[in-house]
Amino acid sequence: MNSDPLVLAKGLTKRFGDLVAVDDIDFEVRAGEAFGFLGPNGAGKSSTMKMIGATSPVTDGYLEVLGMDPESQGTLIRDRLGVVPQEENLDPELPIDANLMIYGRYFGLSRPVIKERIAELLEFAQLTDRAKDKVDSLSGGMKRRLTIARSLINQPDLLLLDEPTAGLDPQARHLLWDRLYRLKQQGVTLIITTHYMDEAEQLCDRLVVMDKGKIVAEGSPAALIQEHSPREVVEARFPAGVQEGIIDRLEGIGARLEALPDRALLYTDDGDHVAAEIHARGLQPETILTRRSTLEDVFLKLTGRTLVD
Amino acid sequence: MTTVRHAATYFESRARAYRHQWRGSAIASFLNPVMFLAAMGIGLGQLVDRQVGEAVIESVAYVTFLAPGLMATTAMQTGASDSSWPVLAGIKWLRTYHGVLTTPLTVGGLVLGHVGFATVRALFVAAIYAVVATLFGALELGGALLAILPAGLTGMAFAAAVMGYSSHLSKDIGLVNLFRYGITPMFLFSGAFFPITQLPGFIQPVAIITPTWHGVELTRAAALGTAPAWNPALHVLVLLAFVVVGVLVARRKMQERLVS
Repeated sequence: MNSDPLVLAKGLTKRFGDLVAVDDIDFEVRAGEAFGFLGPNGAGKSSTMKMIGATSPVTDGYLEVLGMDPESQGTLIRDRLGVVPQEENLDPELPIDANLMIYGRYFGLSRPVIKERIAELLEFAQLTDRAKDKVDSLSGGMKRRLTIARSLINQPDLLLLDEPTAGLDPQARHLLWDRLYRLKQQGVTLIITTHYMDEAEQLCDRLVVMDKGKIVAEGSPAALIQEHSPREVVEARFPAGVQEGIIDRLEGIGARLEALPDRALLYTDDGDHVAAEIHARGLQPETILTRRSTLEDVFLKLTGRTLVD
Repeated sequence: MTTVRHAATYFESRARAYRHQWRGSAIASFLNPVMFLAAMGIGLGQLVDRQVGEAVIESVAYVTFLAPGLMATTAMQTGASDSSWPVLAGIKWLRTYHGVLTTPLTVGGLVLGHVGFATVRALFVAAIYAVVATLFGALELGGALLAILPAGLTGMAFAAAVMGYSSHLSKDIGLVNLFRYGITPMFLFSGAFFPITQLPGFIQPVAIITPTWHGVELTRAAALGTAPAWNPALHVLVLLAFVVVGVLVARRKMQERLVS
């Protein structure tokens, strides 16, 4: 068993003119893990993914993918990668199976091998009965599943998923998560970018939190939450226009207070106590909700901003 | 070598895609020569021949003069069309090129494969023209078949040059303008319908720098067994130059846009 990391980055930097999209980041991805890049849009996640995918030159720093140099061995690297891009690029005028056949041929696979894999992959993507339909006729969730099926045609060592569930409805997201979870169980190494903290929590063994091109935290979802946020959060929502006036009266109730435009977040290890204290101070929130801390709270603590603006 | 293998792979993918779309274009490829040769060649041609006698244009009937010109210019339009909207769609609208480039394929392979398939399409369209022109009695079969090759080369020159052009565009107005101010005037004024000696003297050099004129000259010479305006090798070289420059420009610009 080879224990070298599948991806190794040191001081990795990407600049577009004056814009620094990825700013001197270090990380490594090991075989068999699901590794995430969590951050808001524009944090540099997609730029990082494109460099790993050997479709975007590294501006500065060191990057090694599957033990190879993306600059000089891009073709060999891409031969062993599966890529699910953020923006769809299926051929809409071709049937589903033709899309997969053409893509498989790009990897130099023989027609019989591709045919066999198409049958398996359509089964996996739950699109078997749509094989002859044009891609145009598929829903967003189906297209995304087809794109994932397509990315698996070469049985990749490493699967790159850039915002795999962005824009999908909840049902389609859950179906997709289930498929990705199966891949993970089969030992496929996944790299996922997302700005959804629930997705990162569901899928990632380990993740880095990115903001403005930099990595601001790293660890497993549970460890990140434990390290950066108290166990519980009380969300108190006040009638419009009221919160500004009373926000200082919430000070000191929990371990930390965050005032969002539409609600106040009170971080604590004892939610019930905090809720009781709010009422004891004579404050009347419209709604009050106690929940577990999430990666969203970690991100808020680290950057002062929410993930989805 | 890798680039050639990638080009072959991409060529195959276009051929595979075309299997799902060929019907419409095949019917057009057949109707187009029938309509043009009937209207311009026979209808207009008989008037031309009656007015001035058959000996005026290269000592042949007008329809015979016209048919190879249309063969070359139709191949030109095929090459230009295949490298216009489809290329911008691959780069920008459907983003299919982005998908291609996440596989082992390279930009160079994609460009060569694309131009290669467009060339085959141009050859195919020219071949239909050759058959129809023969059925119309406009050309002898042997000459018509030989003329398929220079017509295909004309298509190839346009496939490459227009791909180089399209790779710089971000909006399709640039393509509309290409056809409006480039392809259509070249179709009309580069020797397909009448010899460019009919043009005012100061415009003739403009016709000579278009790849269309060289393609028409070569195709007509092959079809009629006559000598073209220049040494045939020079005509071929001009067309090949458009191929090479077009491919290099397209590869550089697409590398810059798609692998950034």
